[in-house]
Amino acid sequence: MLAIEIIELTKDYGVGFWRKRPRRALERLSLEVEAGEVFGLLGPNGAGKTTTLKILLGLVFPTVGTARLFERDAHDISAHQKVGYLPENPSFYDRLTAKEFMTYAASLFGLSDKARSCRITLLLEQVGLSDSVNLPIRKFSKGMIQRLGIAQALINDPDLIFLDEPMSGLDPVGRREVRNIILQLKEKGKTIFFSTHILSDAETLCDRVAILDHGRLQGCGELREILEMGLSNTEIVLEKPSPDTIVALESFASSVVRTGDRVRLELRAGSDLAKVLAQIVRCNAKLISLNPVRMSLEDYFMERVGNSDGLSSRRGATAGMESRRNE
Amino acid sequence: MIQRIRTIALHTFKESVREKVLYNLIIFALLLIGSAVLFASISLGIERIMLINLGLSSIAVFGLLMAIFIGIGLVSKEIDRRTIHNILSKPVRRFEFIIGKYLGLLLTLVVNTTIMTGGFYIALYYVQRHLAGEDALLLETIYFIFLQFAIVVGLALFFSCISTPILSAFFTFCLYVAGNFLADIRWFGRESGSVIFEKVTALLYYILPNFSNFQVISQSAHGKAVPSYMLTAGSLYALLYVTIVISASILIFEEREF
Amino acid sequence: MNQGSKTTCRIRPDGWLWWLLLAAGLLALWRTQRTIDSNSGWREAHDGTLYFTSGKTLRALSLGHGGLLADIYWTRAVQYFGRKQIAYAKHYNLLAPLLRITTELDPHLLIAYRFGAIFLAEKPPEGAGEPEQALQLVRRGIVANPGYWRFWQDLGFIYYWDLKNYKMAARAFKTGSEQPGAMVWMKAMAATITAQGGEFRTSRLLWSEIYRQAETDAIRRSVLAHLAALRADEDIRELNALVARFRKQCGREPRSLGSLVQAGYLKAIPVDPSGVPYVLGRDGTVTVGAESKIDRNLLSESSSSPGSPF
Repeated sequence: MLAIEIIELTKDYGVGFWRKRPRRALERLSLEVEAGEVFGLLGPNGAGKTTTLKILLGLVFPTVGTARLFERDAHDISAHQKVGYLPENPSFYDRLTAKEFMTYAASLFGLSDKARSCRITLLLEQVGLSDSVNLPIRKFSKGMIQRLGIAQALINDPDLIFLDEPMSGLDPVGRREVRNIILQLKEKGKTIFFSTHILSDAETLCDRVAILDHGRLQGCGELREILEMGLSNTEIVLEKPSPDTIVALESFASSVVRTGDRVRLELRAGSDLAKVLAQIVRCNAKLISLNPVRMSLEDYFMERVGNSDGLSSRRGATAGMESRRNE
Repeated sequence: MIQRIRTIALHTFKESVREKVLYNLIIFALLLIGSAVLFASISLGIERIMLINLGLSSIAVFGLLMAIFIGIGLVSKEIDRRTIHNILSKPVRRFEFIIGKYLGLLLTLVVNTTIMTGGFYIALYYVQRHLAGEDALLLETIYFIFLQFAIVVGLALFFSCISTPILSAFFTFCLYVAGNFLADIRWFGRESGSVIFEKVTALLYYILPNFSNFQVISQSAHGKAVPSYMLTAGSLYALLYVTIVISASILIFEEREF
Repeated sequence: MNQGSKTTCRIRPDGWLWWLLLAAGLLALWRTQRTIDSNSGWREAHDGTLYFTSGKTLRALSLGHGGLLADIYWTRAVQYFGRKQIAYAKHYNLLAPLLRITTELDPHLLIAYRFGAIFLAEKPPEGAGEPEQALQLVRRGIVANPGYWRFWQDLGFIYYWDLKNYKMAARAFKTGSEQPGAMVWMKAMAATITAQGGEFRTSRLLWSEIYRQAETDAIRRSVLAHLAALRADEDIRELNALVARFRKQCGREPRSLGSLVQAGYLKAIPVDPSGVPYVLGRDGTVTVGAESKIDRNLLSESSSSPGSPF
């Protein structure tokens, strides 16, 4: 079953005080997220990640297009019964205590008194706030508020959880805890849809990611697929090679970098590895390592987004999307 | 639906009664009522009238301040602080949110008005050394004052759906003032001799909140009871007006993006 | 994959409900307001209450802002007056105290004395009908602002119009005319009113003085006309006295002034200052003849108002 279905979603915001000129926040975005997936929405600030989430939650209305949660329209409130949401930089009612706020959230889902207090205690413990249950929220640190935000997003035991920048404001320990929570939820078969601009989080957590820039989808697919798209190069490191060796190998290399005694050569795509190795043996150079270059998400991201105005990258993005579609 | 509205109302109440400014206002109102006792003791023969006028006016003025203050915090603060994202992502319909918020703030005002009324009766008892049946009539006056608060909170709610907190407070206050002079505005329109102006002022007369319907303080200071039909009509007027502003607020709120 | 890009319309099934509530609410509101308005009789104009009856106390309490407070009280007095007037009220109980407090707060708020006196002195419904209070107010104004001749004018008018006390009115105008900067016509007022009070000699004296001080021919001509009328007034009074004596002694009405000549009361029919004989009117009183050049408007017997002195 599809947990999220986004079809040709376009969103224009009116900007300006008197004469509102439309500013496009999303351009014909289409995405599908299967139930049980951990899906990462990546992109730099202002790429349209939060807008996408807000449309999915019915906070903002799409200009064109459809968004569905569990096959119900996004602004059908009944779809929210099984949805949890952590807003970006959340803030809660200053004068309520953590417990009161959680109670508030729980009663909005119609949870019974008994189920409510059990679940609140459990969740606050899970996010490490059990010491601050009766503290007014205005005394919370940023990290604590983030944790409370995660706790309240899970109050209704949701099947689909939206997390907008879940790691922001957290220290490394907090991040690891949140990561663990996400992985636990994944184990329970929940669908998690989160936005982030921290790529390492996405790399460790996501089954699939979509990359947004300027409201356009730049690429979408399983992480492995996206990363393998860049798996085309081989890197060779030699120690104290003679200048002849380098001259001989230069025709295969796309880049030659010297660091101290060592020389790092990156081979061009499609180079015949056997020939290269033969050459090295012939020159009697000392081979330190030979590795396939695995493109990091970071590289991919930089490549897609960094020159997003270039036609080539967009074609690449479409290719990425197609590879997903052809599955 | 009812359960969610109740939940929102109760938590709004819980949050707003913890607002420190409210306590300051209440304390100030009680001080003023208390000082009325002093003033009354130096003005010969009209102690009771003076205490009633000053006491009820204090309740009205401070209640009004509270109504505006907490009323504008109603929606605009939730939007400003983005707490609304959280609430609306839960299975809460937007109209439930508005109605719940309104009722929660009304509850806060009920409590505050009750406290001020208590202080007022204590002062009255202190001056008269007893409380007569006549004094119970003043509750009707306080009820009328409260009806004004109910409308003011509604107006504040409406404006905070379309504007910033400061502008909302300003607009609400302006409407309150204009609403007290509606009869004069209409009279002015009639006297102006311009048909268009007369029509416009008549329209304003029926659309803007007519707070002069609820001006009964000076009458009650002279021991005049509010006639029963007036109690009914006044209550009905307030109820209708609140319904109108809430409906308008909901219509605007449904269209809003956050 | 769904390729069709379809426009989303936001479906809000309960939207119409709020529109309906809004419309029905406004309609019902209109009805309710009409009902309230048609029953507003119980809310008759109230006098309200004055918490402080002494301006001096208030000034002490005002911490040096007596002037501002005076302005507020003056505004309050004006509004009180206006509200009452609109309501055609018969009693203006708070007007005098409000004015007193105002002028005690700021004794130099001249406007409060002057207009206040007019508000107070006028008969209801135009005013409070309390000329005595008005006199008190103006007198206090005179004490606090000596040398301000307009107060004497106001005093004169109150005596003249509201109390019909011509003697006091004339005296007020006369005293006022002696204040520095007073207009010449103050003296003329005094002269006219003195004549109306029956003191022709004083009046003539005043007019003669005005004549001496007059700066233009127009004023002199006007003064001469007044003096002529004054002479005629005196003559007419004497003739009326004779007519009364004739009536008493002969037991019948004289047919004309000729009857008085025949009976020996007069040597001949007297003429007015313009040389036209006086006549006995149908009502049995003496007046100037039809061709007389005497300005009838200036005659105290034929007009009850001092009119314009010039």
